[in-house]
Amino acid sequence: MIEAIDIHKSFDDKEVLKGISTKFEKGKTNLIIGQSGSGKTVLLKSLVGLHDITSGDIRYDDNSFLSMDNASKKRLRQDIGMLFQGSALFDSLTVEENVRFPLDMFTNWSLEKKRERANFCINRVKLENANHKFPSEISGGMQKRVAIARAIALNPKYLFCDEPNSGLDPRTSIVIDELIHEITKEFDMTTIVNTHDMNSVMGIGENIIFIYEGRKLWEGTKDDIFHVQNKELEDFIFASKLFKKIRENNG
Amino acid sequence: MEYYYFYLSKLRTIFHTTMRMFYHLGRYAIFLKKVFGKPEKHSVFIKQIVREIDKLGIDSLGIVMIISAFMGAVITLQTAYNIDLPIIPKYTVGLAARDSILLEFSSTIVGLILAGKVGSNIASEIGTMRVTEQIDALEIMGINPAGYLILPKVVAFVFIIPALTVISMGVGITGGYLAGSLTGEVPGPDYIYGIQFAFQPFYIVYALIKSVVFAFIIATISAYWGYHVQGGALEVGKASTKAVVASSVQILLFNLILTQLLLA
Ligand SMILES: Nc1ncnc2c1ncn2[C@@H]1O[C@H](COP(=O)(O)OP(=O)(O)OP(=O)(O)O)[C@@H](O)[C@H]1O
Ligand SMILES: [Mg+2]
Repeated sequence: MIEAIDIHKSFDDKEVLKGISTKFEKGKTNLIIGQSGSGKTVLLKSLVGLHDITSGDIRYDDNSFLSMDNASKKRLRQDIGMLFQGSALFDSLTVEENVRFPLDMFTNWSLEKKRERANFCINRVKLENANHKFPSEISGGMQKRVAIARAIALNPKYLFCDEPNSGLDPRTSIVIDELIHEITKEFDMTTIVNTHDMNSVMGIGENIIFIYEGRKLWEGTKDDIFHVQNKELEDFIFASKLFKKIRENNG
Repeated sequence: MEYYYFYLSKLRTIFHTTMRMFYHLGRYAIFLKKVFGKPEKHSVFIKQIVREIDKLGIDSLGIVMIISAFMGAVITLQTAYNIDLPIIPKYTVGLAARDSILLEFSSTIVGLILAGKVGSNIASEIGTMRVTEQIDALEIMGINPAGYLILPKVVAFVFIIPALTVISMGVGITGGYLAGSLTGEVPGPDYIYGIQFAFQPFYIVYALIKSVVFAFIIATISAYWGYHVQGGALEVGKASTKAVVASSVQILLFNLILTQLLLA
């Protein structure tokens, strides 16, 4: 479980996060939704410590992240897998080397064992015949899969995904969403996913928080999201004509 | 009164420029501290150094050799045409060409050329990794990205540049010899006599010291600009330009300082 306690984050004098408190539960896909520019990426990067927060605290299974010394932070980092908005694969390394990279850096395993683990992860994300290709030689959807494989290589307890389906077609998006969901259950991880895609919300949203201009306006599950009386959230959900139609048909 | 405002605004510009300089100096110092943090894993570190020596050093060999050959030739011919007096012996040309090449050309000019080639290469590589979040990806794994990515480059470049400098000296002097004898301006034996005449081995040491300092400047300043890129591809391009300009200016500045320290 990861807990955010009244997180504030400013860049110079611009306040992007204005006091966010919430809990992200273990074994569930926790979604952060909100418009472009609402602060989702900043929140995610603050949670993992890529941004230093201005005030507040972050707790990983009851350990305060801010009061950790560097050695514990480093240990915690190895329990974190992260999927970036643009995949962030190392473009000088092949697919297999990308997935093996965390193992190369943090284990003393033999090459054979590392390759075995890398291949397990690559198979888990259903990638075939791509081991020796470079990131520039594979499609965006495949890159996302490689990034997932790399993120789970060290068997992390926490998985962070920043818009895992940005730039993908709707079908591939669903496949990636489901992959993240399955992996979360399979390895009992605390998974946090940033998205502004309502399809993801309806597909895998077990625990959802809605961010608007740096504030949390709503928190709940995909089952009650349609019954909320909140102008900003409704604007967000029914921005899509499809969802508007569904609502009209349901009366 | 108008003058008063004019000078006030000038003063303000000077103040801001100075503050920015201190800002970058401070950030550069913090950056260096990160770069020289303990490397993650020695086996990986060594492997990276070898790769960087290949990428930064061996790949620069071609341009260094071509430019050295032509510059050696031009220096020799220009010197020959300029000292046309019969009382000055021909071998002086060899001597003058040798000293120009050893003292300035193979360290400073080659340094400036490498600032363009290697500096823009480092800045754009690191900058691209920054804007595509590859640096964040390293950080999230618990790796010190500055140390992991940049230290091998600095070490490799500082290590390889003396070799490039010595090669440049050899090729430059040979270029001068060929130009002199092929045009008949400076006969071969005169030239050879000239390059041996009153030879100061310290000049080579001086050039090597300079080149090592320049390599450090190029690698760290370019990496600094790449590492701190914010934005996208456009900003990577700008950072790459800034890297080349800033390292060239620092090379010229340190050339002056080192000359004063080592030769005065
Ligand atoms: N490093 C930074 N420095 C200054 N401002 C920043 C920085 N990073 C983000 N911001 C600002 O914070 C706000 C929120 O940005 P953020 O990237 O979190 O949005 P987002 O919700 O992830 O949007 P998207 O869905 O488009 O990815 C934006 O206004 C952005 O300009
Ligand atoms: Mg974002």
